[in-house]
Amino acid sequence: MSQNSIEVHNLSVAYNRIPVLWDIDFELPKGQIIGIVGPNGSGKSTLLKAIMGLIPLSSGFAKIFDKELDLVRERVAYVPQRESVDWDFPATVEDVVRMGRYKKGKLFNRLSSIDKHLASEAIEKVKLTPYKDRQISQLSGGQQQRVFLARALTQGADMYVMDEPFVGVDVATEKTILELLISMKNEGKTVVIVHHDLQTVSDSFDYLVLLNTRLIAHGPTKEILTEENLQATYGGQLNLLSKIRNIIKNKDFPMREKGFEDK
Amino acid sequence: MIERIIYFFSDPIAQKVILGVAIIGAISGVVGTFSFLRKKTLIADAISHSVLPGVCIGFIFAGTKDPILLMIGSLVIGWFSVWIIDYISSTTKLSEDTSIALVSTLFFAIGSVLLSFISKSGNAEQSGLKNFLFGKAATMTAFDIQVFAIVSIGILLIVIVFFKPFQIVCFNLEFARSIGVKVRRIEFLLSTLTVLTVAIGIQAVGVVLMSALLIAPAASARYWTNKLPIMVFIAAIFGMLSGVMGVMFSTIKDNMPTGPWIVFALFLFTLLTLLFAPKKGWFSIRKRNKLNSRKIAEENILKIIYHLKEEGNSTISFGNFLEKRTMDTILLEKTLNYLVDIGFLKDSKKLFTLTENGELEAARIVRSHRLWELYLTKRMNFKDDHIHGTAETIEHLITPEIEKELLKELDFPTSDPHNKEIPYA
Ligand SMILES: Nc1ncnc2c1ncn2[C@@H]1O[C@H](COP(=O)(O)OP(=O)(O)O)[C@@H](O)[C@H]1O
Ligand SMILES: [Mg+2]
Repeated sequence: MSQNSIEVHNLSVAYNRIPVLWDIDFELPKGQIIGIVGPNGSGKSTLLKAIMGLIPLSSGFAKIFDKELDLVRERVAYVPQRESVDWDFPATVEDVVRMGRYKKGKLFNRLSSIDKHLASEAIEKVKLTPYKDRQISQLSGGQQQRVFLARALTQGADMYVMDEPFVGVDVATEKTILELLISMKNEGKTVVIVHHDLQTVSDSFDYLVLLNTRLIAHGPTKEILTEENLQATYGGQLNLLSKIRNIIKNKDFPMREKGFEDK
Repeated sequence: MIERIIYFFSDPIAQKVILGVAIIGAISGVVGTFSFLRKKTLIADAISHSVLPGVCIGFIFAGTKDPILLMIGSLVIGWFSVWIIDYISSTTKLSEDTSIALVSTLFFAIGSVLLSFISKSGNAEQSGLKNFLFGKAATMTAFDIQVFAIVSIGILLIVIVFFKPFQIVCFNLEFARSIGVKVRRIEFLLSTLTVLTVAIGIQAVGVVLMSALLIAPAASARYWTNKLPIMVFIAAIFGMLSGVMGVMFSTIKDNMPTGPWIVFALFLFTLLTLLFAPKKGWFSIRKRNKLNSRKIAEENILKIIYHLKEEGNSTISFGNFLEKRTMDTILLEKTLNYLVDIGFLKDSKKLFTLTENGELEAARIVRSHRLWELYLTKRMNFKDDHIHGTAETIEHLITPEIEKELLKELDFPTSDPHNKEIPYA
């Protein structure tokens, strides 16, 4: 029995051959609130998508609970960035939260009353019960964020992987979400949160991954929050890397040489 | 006119055609809803243009206009066009829009060339094929309609069975993938349904205009409901009625293509929607604006009376009002009468006094205004000579809940930034 929630090894991702993540390596503990932090465009969303198997990898692999993703899918809930969907879709809060009960292999069955009950419970937990019949486009940013959170809760997973759940959220909602995350942790769940800003909410993270195209540092928050690390994450330390990135962009240079793959 | 319509519906040949277009319209509405929600409306257009060479090749093989062969031809070419659009946009720097435009025009051009070859070959039935451009519902045979009905039922069953995967792929593709849905397969299935629908529809609607029948019903249906299953249903009804109405219009004169008339009917439904839809329709917006301006007028008048009362006048005439505020006299009179009707004012020979209820309501409005001004200066650091204007509009929006929060936030203040008393009930 190992202690890892996520293990990432040698992971690289490129969009149209332009590398966005370079050789990322880390292991994350279980049962903690883990922040993946870096400036905008540093590849945080890409990293989550890579871990969740949503995009092809250029190299490396990611494992969840030491297994292939496909074997543990039901134990992970993914919360995409709020802007990644069109909120004008014809659905109510309840419709979206119930999607959390859609399971692979059971997509053709009706939802049971237990499923519906679990959805209502999750809506109550994020304090959206008065809004459960609202069309989702009529919600504020913070309420939409909570809808996504409720859908994840409804999935009943062991690990929650969330992309920027604090963006566009008012202070009260921020508090609601944080309290919820902490109570999830107390139930032994692992919570992985992508966040672009170290100023806010970061004191709630037990563990940090600092990212800026490459891995800057990872470890318990207290050890990681050094001036040097922050400078490397948010400062202009990536000049050489961005230069190479531009060369690749301009010359269509392959990221990895064909026929010379590592053994 | 009426006679003509009755005659039209009682004619067995017309009945057959009506049944055909009703099926086509309904299934287009159903399938089009998903294209619309996936924002793949351009792809639907590309598919319908691309299907022309498929129809021609099917005809060349069969020598006659056999619906099954034509459908197979359309299916193969339709799939191919979807695939090639995907291939071009994912492997080159061309955007999806560009590759759609390239592929659909190229395929349509090839189809047109094939069509003129077939015409030259002098095949007796070729004249029927020309109708695939703008559609001619009357050319549908009983066998065609049987085939279309069976395929439509198949499509409908697939939509019912795959409803949940379709829903999450349309709404949130990455979430669908994260729970293990094979998104590519679902997308392929959705494209296939679109191709099949186009194949069924083009004879009556034509390849040029078919995409309108896919997209317009869905776009209108979105205005009438916030529930996906109901939206699918409404789109089916709009599609069906547009089809039937289009055929009816096209019988006004002999030998007219049906496609343009169906599009005309679709346009009528769109217009109807833009005018009458709940919440987002023109009438609904107008009514809301009217109610809002009436509410604003009422509240402003009560507030003025309250101010006048603070200054010592408890009975107020028209003149008093107009000294305080310029206001349309007709609106003033109407609003005053209304306030008398609902018991906020007493009217004795055009001199008005607040009733007990009116006094409460006026105090509430003044309280809202003054609380909001205080909030802006205290919490938002507005200068106190800048706030009156914004407070004027906001005060009409403050609900009891917001008032409660303001009171808590400001700790039950007694005077506003201009040192006027904040009235409590
Ligand atoms: N689908 C895509 N195609 C091409 N480039 C992309 C795509 N998604 C993201 N990128 C690029 O990859 C980089 C990292 O993006 P992202 O992972 O979204 O960063 P973050 O979430 O940290 O803000 C950015 O430069 C972005 O422009
Ligand atoms: Mg991001």
